[in-house]
Amino acid sequence: MKLIGELAIPVIIAFVMVYAMRRGTDVFSGMTAGATDGLKTVLGIVPALITLLPCIYMLRASGAIDALCALLSPLLSRLGIPAETVPLMLLRPLSGSGALAIGSDIIKSNGADSLIGRCAAVMLGSTETTFYVIAVYFGAAGIKNSRHAIPAALIADLTGLLAAAFFTRLFWG
Amino acid sequence: MLFNLVIVLMVVFSLVFGALSGNLTVLSAAAVSGAKDAVTLSLSLCGMICLWSGVMELMKRSGLSEKLSRLMRPVLSRLFPSAAKDADTMDALSSNVSANLLGLGNAATPAGIKAAVGLKRLSGLSSASDELCLLVVMNTASIQLLPTTVASLRASFGASSPFDILPAVWLSSLISVTAGILAAKLFQRFTHP
Repeated sequence: MKLIGELAIPVIIAFVMVYAMRRGTDVFSGMTAGATDGLKTVLGIVPALITLLPCIYMLRASGAIDALCALLSPLLSRLGIPAETVPLMLLRPLSGSGALAIGSDIIKSNGADSLIGRCAAVMLGSTETTFYVIAVYFGAAGIKNSRHAIPAALIADLTGLLAAAFFTRLFWG
Repeated sequence: MLFNLVIVLMVVFSLVFGALSGNLTVLSAAAVSGAKDAVTLSLSLCGMICLWSGVMELMKRSGLSEKLSRLMRPVLSRLFPSAAKDADTMDALSSNVSANLLGLGNAATPAGIKAAVGLKRLSGLSSASDELCLLVVMNTASIQLLPTTVASLRASFGASSPFDILPAVWLSSLISVTAGILAAKLFQRFTHP
């Protein structure tokens, strides 16, 4: 399992570069053009993080996050979910940068290789900003009656979050 | 709207809770370190996001993502029978799904919107058709093969092997998207277009 994780990136980079070269694509200019796009993505994230992280840090410093965790912990531990991931689970469907901010706070406070830190990372990696996606797609298609899309999407989210907690415990618990 | 409320409530709650628990004096230090960490975090994520955007651009330019998109078609034709009859919509649909798999967020959304508009046209309905709901549900469930941003987040906080979460992420995503598809298929019987 660790091997997949360690080999995935170098193998894919090598494969894509060799494939591109054989197809006569300019490898260097393709990479740098993509990196320029990446800079724009980062530039979009920075202001959101600067707005959100102080709010999250203040909430944690006030003791409110710990109190919420303590309150929900008995119920959630039965489901195998670390209570520390609750703020992430609540924010995940609403905002991508919000989820990134709270996820980084959880990983920082509990350690990247801790069970809680891993659980937060798996949750972050296996779910999406549901309400944003729904708004964009139905808005663009001019749909007002979204029928069962929201409940079905939320079931997918909830299943993903529970599965993330389950597999984290299974692999590292 | 809801998100604005969440942000405001976070700040108000931290003041109220801080006052109640006697933690009020640490709030300003927390705000300062939050702002500082936002910048250092962005910087540490920047390298990996740019490197991966480069690899993705190379996939696009060399035709590799187009190839993957063609591989998706047989599966997608089964899930979206009406889109299968329309070449343009199928094109947009398969590039949406393959861009999502590769983590090409910038390419996935325009293709997905094109597919959504096409599905609406094909259905001839004013409300969301079964297939349009399915498309949206599949896009709300993350099916990204390499969550590079999350991995670099872990790396920036000292993870010994940032990508070792991959198998857990894959399994969780797979179960989540399956649950979404099954829920959409089940619920569509009870809601009328």
